[in-house]
Formats: sequence, structure tokens, C-alpha cells
Amino acid sequence: MTKRAYRDHLGRPLIAVTGMGIVTSLGQGKEDNWRALTGGTSGIHAITRFPTDALATRISGTVDFMNAPIISGELSFAFADAATREAMAQASIDGDFNGPLFVAAPPVECEWSQRFELADEAGLGANEENAYDGILATLRKKPHESFTRSALFGTVAERLADTYGTRGLPVTLSTACASGATAIQLGVDAIRQGRTDRALTVATDGSVNAESLIRFSLLSALSTQNDQPEKASKPFTKDRDGFVIAEGGAALVLESLESAIGRGARVLGILKGYGEKADHFHRTRSSPDGGPAIATIQAALSDAGLDETGISYINAHGTSTPENDKMEYQSLSTVFGDHLPNIPVSSNKSMIGHTLTAAGAVEAIFSLLTIATGTVPPTINYENPDPAIEMDVVPNVKRDHNVTSVLSNSFGFGGQNACLVMTAEPA
Amino acid sequence: MSKSPTDVVITGIGIVSCHGVGRQAHEELLKGNEAPAPVIDRDRFAPYPVHPMPQIDWSTQIPRRGDQRQMENWQRLGVFTAGLALDDAGLKENPEACATMDMIVAAGGGERDISVDTLILNEAATRNDREVLLNEKLTTELRPTLFLAQLSNLLAGNISIVHKVTGSSKTFMGEESAGISAVSTAYERIRSGQSTHALVGGAYNAERPDMHILYEGMQCLAQGDWQPLWSRDHVGGGIITGSASAFLVLESRAHAEARNATIYAVVTAVEGNRGSRDEGALETRIEDMAKHAELSDGSDLLIMSGASGRHELLNREKATIAKNWPDAALRGYGGLTGHTMEAQFPIGIALAALALKSAAILPQFDQNHEAIMPEAASSALVTAVGFVHGEGLAVLKAD
Repeated sequence: MTKRAYRDHLGRPLIAVTGMGIVTSLGQGKEDNWRALTGGTSGIHAITRFPTDALATRISGTVDFMNAPIISGELSFAFADAATREAMAQASIDGDFNGPLFVAAPPVECEWSQRFELADEAGLGANEENAYDGILATLRKKPHESFTRSALFGTVAERLADTYGTRGLPVTLSTACASGATAIQLGVDAIRQGRTDRALTVATDGSVNAESLIRFSLLSALSTQNDQPEKASKPFTKDRDGFVIAEGGAALVLESLESAIGRGARVLGILKGYGEKADHFHRTRSSPDGGPAIATIQAALSDAGLDETGISYINAHGTSTPENDKMEYQSLSTVFGDHLPNIPVSSNKSMIGHTLTAAGAVEAIFSLLTIATGTVPPTINYENPDPAIEMDVVPNVKRDHNVTSVLSNSFGFGGQNACLVMTAEPA
Repeated sequence: MSKSPTDVVITGIGIVSCHGVGRQAHEELLKGNEAPAPVIDRDRFAPYPVHPMPQIDWSTQIPRRGDQRQMENWQRLGVFTAGLALDDAGLKENPEACATMDMIVAAGGGERDISVDTLILNEAATRNDREVLLNEKLTTELRPTLFLAQLSNLLAGNISIVHKVTGSSKTFMGEESAGISAVSTAYERIRSGQSTHALVGGAYNAERPDMHILYEGMQCLAQGDWQPLWSRDHVGGGIITGSASAFLVLESRAHAEARNATIYAVVTAVEGNRGSRDEGALETRIEDMAKHAELSDGSDLLIMSGASGRHELLNREKATIAKNWPDAALRGYGGLTGHTMEAQFPIGIALAALALKSAAILPQFDQNHEAIMPEAASSALVTAVGFVHGEGLAVLKAD
């Protein structure tokens, strides 16, 4: 390859993905996940982690097969760790990673189980004025270091940095549902800026507990169709009624293409571009006109040096909430116009639910696997199409389709939007 | 120092601490003849003293009461201070600049509802079916909007809503490291030409026992009376937290000069690292970062230390500074503002930039440990040593 072939249309280093690892409710590892995802299998199930009596939503895509304590920080680390190990192995990186680490992690606080333990230890009664006073008195008597560590937001990244020998100060970030895509974007930036040849980008979310479920539920964000859990997430249908909260983890090793080829690494795809734009409309709702989403998609295409004819598959945000799916369709139709009917658009969330902080990275990996295999995963549960959303959603069954470029969308609570464009390795 | 169009310059400073609201209040603090009297609330969270939030007229930066109601004090303080920074930079009424402005916020989590937590723990004292109890109480007692006030990324979300900053929006977490990474990421984006202007900062509300328990899990909090930062030897772990916030507008020199913006200072390096702190590793990392930042000692160097106050770290940082920069003037600003977690590093940079711009001869904040400043500083080193993990520094030069 000539030097020039390592640069993009703006003369920046092209960025290769050389390692990927993933955990979702469908399983651990790319192989199990891809088989289930392309087979149209749902990972959504009744919640068994905690009692759900009297809750409006009793289903989720929790990951219940990892050997980790049922504490958000521990689960989040376990998913991140498993995904990173898989990604490092695929990238053939032994020993220290020796590049920066970007981690999208949920803002997890201490757990109720920990509060109960501290209250018991403090011997709190039934008529305390402020329970924290008693807990603090206990902590003054005896330190609880592991309690503090488990509740610090930087702990997942600290543990990953120690385990994988990353370099410098890791970034822990949250852009709500766009977090996974933002982590990748930061990795891309670090390489484009010439600060490093490689970056480790990880996104994880193991935060499904009673309080988080109830908080989302109180915002009327979640599906309440509990009777057939596997059917609850049904993006782009007329009877969609909210997202299904879920867990997962994903890790990608990003490298400058030049460095990847130079060390003989296998290139799994190219992270060609990203776009971002924030929304100022509302705390939980996107601008109804889709303005910020449109700007985000356009920025991603432009950053990737592509136009609306250059995308062969769209991995939708597709949350299955009434508002998102409508807004996403409007945005896509505005940007892609007459081309949209010819572009397959599917939502992985129909099967894995909304993995929140992890979603952008989980779905980036599925996008790259779509390119690699020529198989487009379906949107399942597409039984009652929303007539207002005229898209080829790859209904219910996977499809063979030559995909050379993917747009992956992530639109978050709090108005944080990020889109990624991934392509096949340049010939 | 030769000037370059891609220099990263500070053109807007929003700052709020127990000492007051805004840039001028803090400039006066830095230019005073003697150490400012501590502003401390000893009673409300006894035995822990805190530096309380000053009186703030929220409506001057958050005009809609509906917006104010959607937030608790942590978010309000951040959104308010971000507005001050935009105002100070002359960009508040510039929708085009705000719509293309990058934003990186260093955030923790929002306030928990202490009364709901207490209600649940009180009931739990007499019940064994605690998980069922949780469902009952959380479903009925949690205010739906409180979740949004607690979500880390909603401080940035509210800044977008109130001030229309929408070029991009990122929230970094991870205690003090979040503030270091936020400044560093904005700095690198501007320096490399990826961005021309950015809003970066953080806010911290210290007046909440749900945060105190995190510090006290490691017995880090000072108890009783306030003492100057480097002199703390009372019972407890040395940290006095403070409610405070700082936001900075960073710009490329070219962007700033094109609009005739006031330049407070040039940022010439932002470094961060982490790892084991055993056997001198902490000291070595600080020295390596400073080496990388090409920082030399001198009587015109001001060192704004963001030391948290935690006993076992305080003297190690101080000794490292004394060894490497014996001629510089050391000031521990956490003694004035309190320790402010995610906001700590941005606050240090804001104060250092103000000191450079106003050619301040800073009073001694701690007479027993800080030397008299012989002259105004021409450059400043801002340090941050996380109370549990992460370290960083920034180097600023007068322009």
C-alpha cells in the first residue's frame, strides 16, 4: 500500500478496527451474538434478578450468565473485561495495550444492598430523621474502602487500565444512549490528532436494578408489554410502546490503518467518520423536526467523505419508543430522500433491547459484522408496521446483502447525538 | 513564547464558590493583601465543615423558572456558571457561536432524595422483604423529574437547553479525573484544529450527605473547625468539601483574535495519568508530567495546587513541588474553595488564569506553608491529585 492509501479524503489517518469483543443478553462473544442476532433470536426475558411484583415493567435484557456479584459496578466491569479480553485477543495484542483508554460507563451509585448493609451495621432504627447521619457515624468508626471504590464513577476504567496496561489517564464518559458511539469517537480523535497509533474503546452497562428500572419507568420510557417479553421490543411498528432496558458490553481496538497493516494485523473494517450535534429541545425528547439528528447524520457522512448515495445499510437507533422511531425515520428520509427506500435499515434493539451506555459500541460491532459477513440482521417483531414509517426495516428475517458502508445512529436522553460511519477495508 | 494561531487560549471564565459569584469576586480574592477569611458552615453537616454555596440569583442565568425547577443545586450551579463563562467570553448572545461550540462537562451524579432514602431505610429496619419494600417505595415516592436531575449527562443537557450550546455535548465522569480529561480533551481538539471554541467545566454541590458517605468510606473528611489546607491536623482525614463551579471558554488564538476577545492566558500543556501510588510512583508521575509539559522553575511561576486535603497525599504533593520548583510560589486553592471533586481542576485553571491576567500578587492562603510571592507570575502550574485516583496538571502562560 502506498502512504496515501493510509489517509482519508481530508488527509487524516484512516482508522482500522482490529479487535472486537461483545457481551449482550444473547451471549458472550461475537460468534454466539452474531448467530443469535442474525437468527432473529430475542434476548429479552422476564426479570429474575429482583422481585418485580407491582412494577409496570417486568422484563429486560439483563445479562445473567456472567460470574460477577450483582452490583452495577461489578457487572459493568465484568462485561467490559470480557469484551476487552476478546477484542485484545482478536487484535493479537499480548501484554500491555500501551495506548489510551476510553470507557463509556453508566453513572452507577452505591446499591441499595450496600445502603441496607450500612444501615444494619449502624443499627439504624425505624424513626431516623436522616439515615445518612447514622451511616456516617459508622464509617467514622471503621473505614469501608471497597464501598467507596464500588461507588466511584472512575472505578471501571481504573480496573480496565490496570488489567490491560493502557497508557495515560483513561476517560470515563456518559452521553446517555450515545455513550458507546462517543467512546469510539474519542478513540478516533486521539489517533487523528497523532497522539497515538492505537486506542482502546470500551462501552458497558450493567446497571439494571430496581431503582434504575423504576426511574425509567416513571418517565414512561419503558415498554410495559410484559406478557411476551421477546415480543416487547418492536421498533417501527404501530404498537411500539417504549424501549426495553438491557445490559451489555463492547470493546473495539482502533488503530491507524498504517500501524495495523505495518504489524500485520487483520483489518475488520474502517471507522470512516463520525458526527455529533446536541439538541436543546427537551430533557428527554428530541426536537420533533429532527433538526439535531439530521445535522448529526449529515456531519457523520461529511466526516466520512460520503454523500447520501454512499451508505449501503443503516444500523438504526430504533429504540421502539413512539417518539424516537418516528423522529429517526423523519431524519433519515430528510437526509437520504429518494435513496432511503433502497437502503436496508434495521434495529438490533428489537432483539437485544436498549443496552443504554453500551448501545453505540455494541451496535458498531454488529455494523462491522454486517459488512464482514454480508448478512443484514433483521428487525424482529415487525408484525404491525407503522404506516407512517416507510422504510425497508429488514422485517423479521435476516437478508444477504453486500454491505460496504454502514451508518450507525445513537440519539440520547439529554440531547446527545452521535453517528458513526463504518466501511469495508479499502481494496 | 512565540504566538501561534492554534494556541489554546482562555477567553471566558465563569466561577462560583463560597467566596462569591463571578470573575470579579475571585479576582479580588487573589489580589487581596491577606488570606481571605474562610467561609465555612460548621453546623449543618457536623462534624463535617463545608464551604457553602453563596447567595445566587439563579434567574440571572437561568431565566425560566420551569428550567430552574427541573434541576437540583448541582445542575443549577453548573448551568449558572456556564452562563457566566459564556457571558464573560462575550458569546452568550451569539447563537451561531453557541451552536458550533464544543462542550465537555465533568460531572458526578446528582443529589439523591435524602428523605426518600431515609424513609426506605426506616421501613427496612422492621421488614425482611426489603426488595419488595424498595419497589413499593421507589414507585410511589420518587419524583419522576428527580432522575433527570441525577443523571450525570443532564448537566450538559441543561446547558444545551438553557444556553443553546449545541456544537457537541460530552460528559466525562470519574471524580477529579473527569475535570482533567475534560480540559485535556478540549485542549487537544483545539490545538489540532478540530475545534475552534469549547465550553468546558464542572460543578460540585458539597452540601449533601450522600456524597459525604463516599469520602467517609475511606475516612477522608476533616472534622470540626476549618484549618488552612497544608496545616490540617485535626481529627479526620483532611478534606473539607466545597460547593463551587468553574466553566472556561477555550478558543484557538485565531478564533479569539478574529472576534477581538480578551485573552486571559494561554494553555500550553494539559497532562493526566494514573496508577499505583506506592513507593514514590505518585511523585514520579507528577515529575514526568511536568517534564513532558516542559515546565521550569522560577520566582515568576505560580503553582495552584488542587490538593484535596487528604492527609496521606497532601505532604507528598507538597514535597514533590518543593523539590522540583523550590523558587515557585505555591498556593493551595482548595483551602479557599473546599475540595470540589470533578470541578477541582477547572476551578484551579480559572483561578490561575485570573491571577495571570490581573498580575496578582497572591496573599498567602496558609502562612505557615506558603511563601510570600515576590512578583506577579508569568506562568502557572495547576495540579490535581485525585483523592483516590488520577493526577493531572496544566501549564498556563500570561499572554
